[in-house]
Amino acid sequence: MQAGAPTTASAPAANPPGQQQPRSLGRRILHAFLYQRELTPIVITIGLFVYFWIRAGSTFTDSLSLSSAAGYAGPVAAIAVGEVLLLMLAEIDLSAGQVFLFTPWVMYWMHNLGVPLWLSILIALVVACGVGACNGLITVGLNVPSFVTTLAMNFILFGLVLIYSDQTQATPIPMSSSYTGHISFAGQLMGGYLWSEILWVIAITIVIHVMLTRTRFGVRIIATGGNLLGAAEAGVPTRRVKVACFMLCSFIAGLVGIVDAVKYGSLDPGNFGVDYILYAVGACVIGGTALTGGRGTVIGAFIGAILIGILEDGLTLVGVSTNDFYVWVGVVIIAAMALNVQFDRLIARSRGT
Amino acid sequence: MTDAAPPAPSSVEHALEVRGVTKRFGALDVLRGIDLELGQGEVLGLVGDNGAGKSTLVKILSGLYTQDGGELRVGGERVNFHSVGEARTHGIETVYQDLALIPQLPVYLNLFLGHEVTRLGRFRFLDKRAMKRLARQYLDEIHVRVPNIEAESDQLSGGQRQAIAVARAVRAAPKILLLDEPLAAMGARESRLIIDLVKDLAASGRVSIIVIDHNYAHLFELCDRINVMQGGRITIDQPVHETSLEKLTELMISSFRSQLEEV
Repeated sequence: MQAGAPTTASAPAANPPGQQQPRSLGRRILHAFLYQRELTPIVITIGLFVYFWIRAGSTFTDSLSLSSAAGYAGPVAAIAVGEVLLLMLAEIDLSAGQVFLFTPWVMYWMHNLGVPLWLSILIALVVACGVGACNGLITVGLNVPSFVTTLAMNFILFGLVLIYSDQTQATPIPMSSSYTGHISFAGQLMGGYLWSEILWVIAITIVIHVMLTRTRFGVRIIATGGNLLGAAEAGVPTRRVKVACFMLCSFIAGLVGIVDAVKYGSLDPGNFGVDYILYAVGACVIGGTALTGGRGTVIGAFIGAILIGILEDGLTLVGVSTNDFYVWVGVVIIAAMALNVQFDRLIARSRGT
Repeated sequence: MTDAAPPAPSSVEHALEVRGVTKRFGALDVLRGIDLELGQGEVLGLVGDNGAGKSTLVKILSGLYTQDGGELRVGGERVNFHSVGEARTHGIETVYQDLALIPQLPVYLNLFLGHEVTRLGRFRFLDKRAMKRLARQYLDEIHVRVPNIEAESDQLSGGQRQAIAVARAVRAAPKILLLDEPLAAMGARESRLIIDLVKDLAASGRVSIIVIDHNYAHLFELCDRINVMQGGRITIDQPVHETSLEKLTELMISSFRSQLEEV
């Protein structure tokens, strides 16, 4: 959601103040879609949901199916929510998917070394933040494009996992049911409960949304991404804002990565994080975030991930092969981006610029 | 180099004093010893060709750059700025030529950028209601009219945006206001909006102003004194009421000649 309220952001500058023309319902709906970018993916997601519900019936809406949709969407949504912050800064983090995979490894290694579990988790999260800090400091300090910085970081983290895992699976993961035989409350919270991962992601989405739209830090992100020089001149610490966002993105990815690892009970060193990133950036775009900076919506990114999750789960249920799924994801991403660009043109034209 | 500059007319404390300030970028001597005074409540015009160093000087005064040599005094106190924040704490606010507004933020948040009203302590939640109220009240006070303070700023005209940029700088109640080509790329009516705004400010006597502009008609209308920059130095310093466009041009040509002869 943008900072400006939809009903008020509308008055074109050419209108004399105070003169509100009554608008038809059609225009108002068009207007809502123009200024509330989350609306389009929400409508499409609901449409897909209804479609699969009709096609697959209650097998689609039972909790097993829905939880598997949430299982697809959760990691993508977690990474997408952090990624939105960077896209708003006209930066990108290609390593967040690998951080998602790497962080639980750190926890696992620490725990195997005899470090108490809570401390292992804490160390893993600090490491995740450290990775983000490295991404940020290299990007703003050495003027390396973040695309390159984080691409390299992705390889480094992947290599570290291969080296220190001896290329063998990590199992069982502490707290998971296979580790203790039963699931403790902490285990439930950290991923054991069927819905815990998606609940974590929903909570994170809400927190980041509030941060972006209601706090000074959010204003600073929009300012830094919208007009880097202008923001610096107005006294916004743009470099600090960027580094903080890289850290936040890594932290979220790492946290949900641990939850995901506990959920599945094992870690595979061969997993490559780029898969997640591509879906996550796709989710951001579907949600209405431009890659040019200054504009973005966390809610939209979340919805975009849910859309991808429903698509994957639904297509599987109606018996379409997984191969088709990729085609559909591609079509949806292009359609979403084209729609966004056209919306921007419509806005510009309505202002007479 | 100071041969063209007459001694300062009054001995009272200057709002701003610049003494022998130099700045190099690589092999390029952009500022070669700038001397300048700004009196309390005075409006000083700064003119010069592109590349004369005006913008570099402004960036040093506003804390974006730090000078290589020479000294700055604000209200008699010797200062050195390493950040925009430091310049601000000494009461210096700047309006740049590139319209430092954020297109995606509403007018009122642009107005408060860098000075947001927040609550809930360390969480720094925005107090949007308070900022909107203050923004309306404040823009009324300085006679700046915008259609809607909740509109994103790229919906405003160039003049309105510049007015908001000036208003933002003035809202911080600066002692010294730096205007770097505030009228660049602006139509006649929009220029009028900004000129009136600056004249109102100057008339209040609370703020000393440096204006950079290429338009001599504007400068003669706005300023008490005009300084000309040539090749990284201030070569001419004339009170507006003692000079005219013809005289100023004559002085500029002769100083340009003498510079050529030096080389």
